[in-house]
Amino acid sequence: MSHRLDLKQGRVEMAHGGGGRAMAQLIRELFLPFMENPALRAGNDGALLARPEGRLVVSTDCHVITPLFFPGGDIGSLSVHGTLNDVAMMGGYPIALTAGFVLEEGFPLADLARIARSMGEAACAAGVPIVTGDTKVVERGKGDGIYINTTGIGVVAEGVELGGERARPGDHLLLSGTLGDHGIAILAQRENLTFASDIRSDSAALHGLVATMLDAAPGLRCLRDPTRGGLAATLNEITAQAGVGVLIREAAIPLRAPVKAVCELLGLDPLNIANEGKLLAVCPPGESARLLDAMCAHPLGRDAALIGEFIADEHHFVQMETSFGSRRTVDWLAGEQLPRIC
Amino acid sequence: MKFVDEFRDGELARGLAATIAAEADPARDYTLMEFCGGHTHAITRYGLGDLLPRNIRFIHGPGCPVCVLPVGRIDNAIELARRPDVILCSYGDVLRVPASNRASLQRARAEGADVRIIWSSLDALRIARENPDREVVFLAIGFETTTPPTAVALQQARTEGLDNFTVFCNHVLTPAAIQNILESPQLRELGSVPLDGFIGPSHVSAIIGSRPYEYFAEEYQKPVVIAGFEPLDVLQAVLMLVRQMNTGRFEVENQYTRAVTREGNLKAQRLVAEVFELRESFEWRGLGEVPYSALRLRPDYERFDAERRFGIEYHAVPDARSCDCGAILRGLKHPVECKLFATACTPESPIGSCMVSSEGACSAYYSYGRHRTSERPA
Amino acid sequence: MCLAVPVRVVELLDGDCAMIDADGARKEISLALVADVAVGDYVILHVGYAIQKLDEEEAAKTLALFAKLAGMP
Repeated sequence: MSHRLDLKQGRVEMAHGGGGRAMAQLIRELFLPFMENPALRAGNDGALLARPEGRLVVSTDCHVITPLFFPGGDIGSLSVHGTLNDVAMMGGYPIALTAGFVLEEGFPLADLARIARSMGEAACAAGVPIVTGDTKVVERGKGDGIYINTTGIGVVAEGVELGGERARPGDHLLLSGTLGDHGIAILAQRENLTFASDIRSDSAALHGLVATMLDAAPGLRCLRDPTRGGLAATLNEITAQAGVGVLIREAAIPLRAPVKAVCELLGLDPLNIANEGKLLAVCPPGESARLLDAMCAHPLGRDAALIGEFIADEHHFVQMETSFGSRRTVDWLAGEQLPRIC
Repeated sequence: MKFVDEFRDGELARGLAATIAAEADPARDYTLMEFCGGHTHAITRYGLGDLLPRNIRFIHGPGCPVCVLPVGRIDNAIELARRPDVILCSYGDVLRVPASNRASLQRARAEGADVRIIWSSLDALRIARENPDREVVFLAIGFETTTPPTAVALQQARTEGLDNFTVFCNHVLTPAAIQNILESPQLRELGSVPLDGFIGPSHVSAIIGSRPYEYFAEEYQKPVVIAGFEPLDVLQAVLMLVRQMNTGRFEVENQYTRAVTREGNLKAQRLVAEVFELRESFEWRGLGEVPYSALRLRPDYERFDAERRFGIEYHAVPDARSCDCGAILRGLKHPVECKLFATACTPESPIGSCMVSSEGACSAYYSYGRHRTSERPA
Repeated sequence: MCLAVPVRVVELLDGDCAMIDADGARKEISLALVADVAVGDYVILHVGYAIQKLDEEEAAKTLALFAKLAGMP
């Protein structure tokens, strides 16, 4: 009689990555119950996918976040949403996900089960199966608990051409909702910075929103999600790619009051803070009104706003008209923004 | 946010700016030094220079405690952090400052040193309580605003008998820095840096009061207006300085009346006096040795002094040859006049601390003001 | 230097501490540097300590003065 995994007190052991019975048990008892689908259950080395109509897009992401669990999500749901969103930013409708795990010996199975459940639920809610995966275990001390890699495959319909280089002077810039929620939710969990508040990560899968946007604005030029580095980094990337400048309006940028307050208290700029359930859209000026309506009608775009427009600028600056009425450049940071006292 | 947003109203700003323009005498220049890094930040972030007439110019003074921290002291901090028995607790601002041999606290952390970013000295105390078998060193930096929080932590440590807690003290004093600038040869004798008035620091003044500045106003005949942190505060202070200069006055005025009084925060001042005493001299990056400008722990707190416990020896390290931080901190040069600005010295690879600290003149100008390329900005 | 922000005291706690609120973000801070702080007061917060009480009357006067200096009614 075999013993079932102790999902309450058990821990990851080297054998769980060894390809033998222990690993099969881990997959069967811990991963499969949460990620059930025919491909995964078949247990082969890979998953066969039917050839779709249209072009394929593939994207991959590694997730190393700490803390692993935070208000509004965890590393599991984040890894699903993040990759689905990368596919969606390319204009792709996601059809399959893969998941690879690097586990540290000693990692609690209870946490792993929680993460697996979260991934499964996120994938299920998004309607995208996790069709294949891999698990490795490294010795205690050689990993940070858990690292996850997810790859997503999607289909891009005919006529959809999205890319940062396509932005041109006169184009409008739309933002799908409030900035900074994810980064501040994470920061607020860090040992020495805990703020009690109802700030939750905005981690979400955006492909449904993107589908309605592609319908509403066939001339859409570019979609990008402002993750690490925030809006500032993303806009600077786009202006560099396209060889243009952009002027945004601070007053138009949606920002939740507690997020703004925490930024003030820690000396952080909301423009530099990560988002995991928001996107930026560049579209021709004639289509932006309809696009904005479509976004606002969708649950993940309720707070969408027109925040700026692209201009000719040989320096490719990202500039902002402040609520104060002045203009300043919006630079992207060298590294992680650190809380400051000065 | 209440008491914040109202002080950032754009319409009021334009009105104030118009009043300033109407009262500024076109036949003269007004050169104003803001001492506080927070003011540098406000001026560049809100583009106050754009709102004001061209004959009103800001000079950025040495009000950034990270910018004036000498490389040698950061080397000492890194040395402490590298000890396996030490947990070094630091405010975030210092982590990226480049020290000798391209080291930094952040790099030391990446190499295995236990460096923890804290937001408050209380966190350092907590870490000490939670790690009784480790030495917890608190890297204390800052001007008079930040010194009382260190004093409270030391008193608490003494009451609790928290023997694994020490402070590496780098607290510096504002009036000494102002004196040093006003005494600089360029200013006193050569007159090559016209400096007409000061915008006094907001929160240092909340602690020390407006009284300490009266000496400077009188002795050097320069007006001082203590200003709040928000852009409208700064604009009102500029107007008050313009008015003083127009009428030949040199007084200390307080614009930040909602937080600053003449006497300041006496409770905080007393606490500081109980725990700290003056160092005879301390090196400031860019300014050199400045007498009676910094603090160290009093003898009855010496067991909490990291310099004593760990036998720290200070070695002065000269700045890179082309680095103009010294001149910039004194208000003798503008960031764009430094050969390294935005070329070899950027936020990604800072050479001097004016670029690393977000309160530094170079960083503020680089982050917020590079689009003003056609003119030398305020 | 000295990033400091006005925040509202919502609860007084043991050990000379208070819970403050800034638009929905709450944090426990030290009152060791100030005296006579009551719930509802605003304090200036710097590195986890209240460094001064904010004088609301003076704040209102300053705002009124701005309007006057800006030539507004």
